[in-house]
Amino acid sequence: MIPVSRETTFLEATLEAVREEMARDDRVFAIGEDSGVRGGSFPIFKGIAQEFGDHRLIGTPICEGATTNTALGAAMTGMRPIVGLHFADFMLRAMDEIGDQVARARYTFGGQCDVPMVIRAYDGVVNSAATQHSGAYEAIFAHFPGLKVVMPSTPADAKGLLKTAIRDDNPVIFLEHKRLLRTRGPVPDGEHLTPFGQAAVRRSGADVSIVGYGIMMAQALAAAERLATDGIDAEVIDLRTLVPLDEETVLASVARTGRLVVTHESWRRSGFGAEVAAIVAEKGFADLRAPIMRVAGEDVPVPFSPVLEQRVIPNAEGIVAAAHSACAHG
Amino acid sequence: MSHHTSIERMLELLLKMARIRTFEETIERLNREGRIPGFLHTSIGQEASAVGTCEALTEGDYVTSTHRGHGHCLAKGADLRATMCELYGKAGGQNGGRGGSMHVSDFGVNMLGANAIVGAGLGIAVGAALSSKFRESGNIAVAFFGEGASSNGAFHENLNLASSMGVPVLFVCENNGYAHEAPVQKMLNVPNVADFHTGYGIPGEIVDGNDVLAVLDVMTEVTDVVRSTGRPALVEAKTYRHRGHHGGDSGRHYRPAEEIEAWLAKDPILRLSRRLAEAGVDQGTIDGVLADAQAEIDDAVEFAEAAPLPDPESALLEVYAGDSGE
Ligand SMILES: Cc1ncc(C[n+]2csc(CCOP(=O)(O)OP(=O)(O)O)c2C)c(N)n1
Ligand SMILES: [Mg+2]
Repeated sequence: MIPVSRETTFLEATLEAVREEMARDDRVFAIGEDSGVRGGSFPIFKGIAQEFGDHRLIGTPICEGATTNTALGAAMTGMRPIVGLHFADFMLRAMDEIGDQVARARYTFGGQCDVPMVIRAYDGVVNSAATQHSGAYEAIFAHFPGLKVVMPSTPADAKGLLKTAIRDDNPVIFLEHKRLLRTRGPVPDGEHLTPFGQAAVRRSGADVSIVGYGIMMAQALAAAERLATDGIDAEVIDLRTLVPLDEETVLASVARTGRLVVTHESWRRSGFGAEVAAIVAEKGFADLRAPIMRVAGEDVPVPFSPVLEQRVIPNAEGIVAAAHSACAHG
Repeated sequence: MSHHTSIERMLELLLKMARIRTFEETIERLNREGRIPGFLHTSIGQEASAVGTCEALTEGDYVTSTHRGHGHCLAKGADLRATMCELYGKAGGQNGGRGGSMHVSDFGVNMLGANAIVGAGLGIAVGAALSSKFRESGNIAVAFFGEGASSNGAFHENLNLASSMGVPVLFVCENNGYAHEAPVQKMLNVPNVADFHTGYGIPGEIVDGNDVLAVLDVMTEVTDVVRSTGRPALVEAKTYRHRGHHGGDSGRHYRPAEEIEAWLAKDPILRLSRRLAEAGVDQGTIDGVLADAQAEIDDAVEFAEAAPLPDPESALLEVYAGDSGE
């Protein structure tokens, strides 16, 4: 049976997920800044207070750290909070809480509690937001044992992964790229859950594996189209969740193609691409016919001026060039 | 009170406020037209606190600011053409086009930057005050921040730290009633941000932030105390932003129309103009000052429009010391 689906935006898809999970489980509540009167213009929780009551959307002052630890305390004692921290850069104001507390609570206390909470933020480069509003920090979160890290690239995944995140008994960092929020795509009707740890093969190909997630998926697919005209058949893999990571799909792909290009918009140095490259080098070394290439953000803060901003973020041309370079080998 | 302020000084203050007003009205339009990238938070309506405070400072005193920082930057004496270039993302901006609206700065006049992270400027000002103390420079530091920042740990930690260390820093809260859409009454359960001063053992004052002469009076007094005692103080300027939180926000759906009207009537530029008229200054003189401000801004726009864009490769420079590319 073909599932019925509708077109919706990424943002609307996440709202559907929140609404459905709130209706399903009255322990779920949302908390975050800037909710003004009845949710104000907080886009990711629009209409929640009207539909479920003010107690299900708690507007906080500007105190990301206190909000995060408050959510942790609630999660440890039977609630299932969804924390909205707005720009990912503000997560750094809650880094002690996320890193020292949220990530380690279960382990530190010997598994006496679950930590069912989701921390959401929008990240990445858009519209000259400049150095303090353009960051993407998934690699930092992936480094902390105890956190799960989700980076959806489509409206369907945004919904399915968020529902899974809300039902997870672990803290989940859910990162939504600003340039994806208004993008449209089909979302299946009815109950739609996307499992963690299962990458999606967005395009099959035999010559090179392009592995990425989030905002870079559109660039990777565009690059694959261009590569096709050059006679290179690229496979495009969307990791969807970084923790847990679907190593199997990546390794199986590289086993067929022998070449790997990893891409993310965030910084190259110690970025998540380094983790993927290391796993493939460790477990798929014999399959590799070319050096692993990374196409990622330049290792500089993201500058304001559009000409500078464009210079530091990766694009489809970069992926094409990396794939060509990989294919020049063997 | 302010009756001792001379006409010349009042005209000077009017020019400084009009410069900020015209600057922001202009960049607002240029942003809408796509000439200036990014998003803007204007301080239209709040000029008196920036100008009245900076008027009480010396050139060597330090200022830190917020996401709403154009006014603080210009009031501290930042170069107008360079600031306009920064807004445009042009090479001639103080930050080389890397910062834009939310990071306007001019280290040449000890303006240590607008800052896009709420509360960040407080700590930097405490550090500048500590440094001034170390160097025995006689300078003080001023941290401008919104009432929204006072609900952040950065506010409480820095007031306490500054008090415990004993450093010459003046915390200036511009209470415009809203943090984005959140009304202050919902976010703080004390009537005044200044009330927190007791908890940190420092002096606290409240001033009409739309009366530049009142701001100047209070700031002259308080900066004297901060400078002479080497200790912090907190001043709350009650004010209002005429616009929404940023360019994309009308500011009308969460603020009552009567409230907006009432504050528009208390426009600081209008009020000072009225004071000048009462003191016998003719309308032609006042209009002349406003025209001067317009001419300065027109010049800055013309300069920035013609200025070159940064070399894209310069994006990779200055991450570390020695990376200046020279
Ligand atoms: C740490 C942090 N959290 C949230 C934001 C988003 N933000 C930007 S301005 C603002 C409201 C600030 O209100 P206030 O301090 O009163 O300053 P105003 O905008 O009124 O000048 C918020 C929540 C931010 N920039 N930094
Ligand atoms: Mg405010």
